[in-house]
Amino acid sequence: MIVKGTAHQVGDHIDTDAIIPARFLVTTDSSELGANCMEGLEAGWGKRLKKNDIIVAGENFGCGSSREHAPISILGAGVPVVVAKSFARIFYRNGFNMGLVLLEVGDDIEKINDTDQIEVDTVSGEIRNITTGAVITCAAVPSFMQEILDAGGLVEYAKKKLV
Amino acid sequence: MGQTLAEKILQRHTDQEIAGAGQIVQCKVSMVLANDITAPLAIKSFKAMNAKKVFDQEKVALVCDHFTPNKDIDSAEQVKVVREFAEEMGVTHYYECGEVGVEHALLPEKGIVGPGDIVVGADSHTCTYGALGAFATGMGSTDIGAAMALGETWFKVPPTIKVDITGSPRQYVGAKDYVLNLIGRIGVAGALYKALEFSGEAIDNLTVEGRMTMANMAIEAGGKVGLFPVDQKTLDYTAAAGRSGDMMMTADLDAVYERLVEIDVSDMAPQIACPHLPDNVKPVDETSGLKIHQSVIGSCTNGRIEDMREAAAILNGRKVDPKVRCIILPATPKIWKACMKEGLMEIFMDAGCIVGPPTCGPCLGGHMGILAGGERSIATTNRNFKGRMGSLQSEVFLSNPSVAAASAIAGEIINPAKL
Ligand code: SF4
Repeated sequence: MIVKGTAHQVGDHIDTDAIIPARFLVTTDSSELGANCMEGLEAGWGKRLKKNDIIVAGENFGCGSSREHAPISILGAGVPVVVAKSFARIFYRNGFNMGLVLLEVGDDIEKINDTDQIEVDTVSGEIRNITTGAVITCAAVPSFMQEILDAGGLVEYAKKKLV
Repeated sequence: MGQTLAEKILQRHTDQEIAGAGQIVQCKVSMVLANDITAPLAIKSFKAMNAKKVFDQEKVALVCDHFTPNKDIDSAEQVKVVREFAEEMGVTHYYECGEVGVEHALLPEKGIVGPGDIVVGADSHTCTYGALGAFATGMGSTDIGAAMALGETWFKVPPTIKVDITGSPRQYVGAKDYVLNLIGRIGVAGALYKALEFSGEAIDNLTVEGRMTMANMAIEAGGKVGLFPVDQKTLDYTAAAGRSGDMMMTADLDAVYERLVEIDVSDMAPQIACPHLPDNVKPVDETSGLKIHQSVIGSCTNGRIEDMREAAAILNGRKVDPKVRCIILPATPKIWKACMKEGLMEIFMDAGCIVGPPTCGPCLGGHMGILAGGERSIATTNRNFKGRMGSLQSEVFLSNPSVAAASAIAGEIINPAKL
């Protein structure tokens, strides 16, 4: 999958309460959750997100509780990919399970600035910064995790495996 | 290249060759766990996957321990969902009613988890079984739903931090203090994504129960697992729990570690984690004199028989301050019975303690000991987040059982040596 969109930068240690505050956990509907994505970071922050935009984060993105509503809200906001310096462990799993592509790039995160236009090849793991010309390569998503993503998340993947 | 304990265990459960940290592997699991809070969601995912049966009726454990005996209608409804699912699927290890105990105390005691196993649980303290040499870790509910259906899951091979603990501790200092001290040193994200592997003479000298106290809190440093080598003590423990065929296991001498943390416990004082994070750790004397309203002795961290004995040794012949609720929750029915047999119950009752059933209860602010605004509790549990035991304006201080018992008597946080 090739994703092309605007980068929206957030800082280090963005926790799941910042991504989707507990008061919105009364639903599992992705568009409802998506409408409140990042509401705990800054009121109205999520409004800047357009379809196929990309969230670019610092260290330990998604730390805190294990709520699966967090990746669901990001997807619901139209964001198919998060690029980060690093991810918190349970979020990393939940992200893939819900069908959200997560690319961990370490210090190369500095090569992306807020509002840069970027293009991500989720299969090869190559990130091209169209604005600056920089190219970042990170390890490609392993093939069976790619299968989970291709299936549309873990529920769909397991469904296929079980027939 | 040598392998760490984490790499060794993962290797046993996959055909892929494990080359080192960062690699993603698909592994068969030995046991899948969920509780009365997380199982209903996992069951929902399981059904959304169109799964018709669990991968193995003997390898799923459902433990209704958090809000049980059911504290209200909502929790009763949740347990009902879990009970009906267990019946429908023919799950062998379903625990409720008089058989239930706090999951992470119950499973090792029943021999359901052991050395070399991979255990995944929809509960972050699943890491407790690392004390037995099991690669055990917490996950989200959908992961657990899938593992119940498929019998396998994926892992990213974690880099390992080796924690070497040496020296002989002073009186009233033990496993809880070692692990609090470690968390205070490396911080709540110090082991993020990583395995902790414990070694050293102080670890060799610990009982398996003490190792469980330490492994339990690996997650409080952000760790994926907290692993202990499998030695004769482990094997004696698992054999007594009815297992056979377990074998010793240590990391290779040339295993590659990311970092080494060395702790000498010789001069260590009892440690206290102050509000509101487990890494806000101080020696007990720096917090002494703080008035308390409650003391909780129990949980998956310190609710085992040794912890009960430790508390009883302090409470024996003394009286709890009449203004303090000293709540003692032996973590399983077996531990409860041992407390009776050994005469600990009499000590607790004579001292004026409140003894409750095996349950998580106040540990997560569930029931049986909720704090009002402005109240302060000392607790042998593992988390002191804001509002964890009740009101957002309450405070929780984490300690070992001796300190919690001594503080209940003094009515304020105190070093047991000064009682
Ligand atoms: S005792 Fe506390 S930490 Fe342990 S499983 Fe229960 S709620 Fe969780």
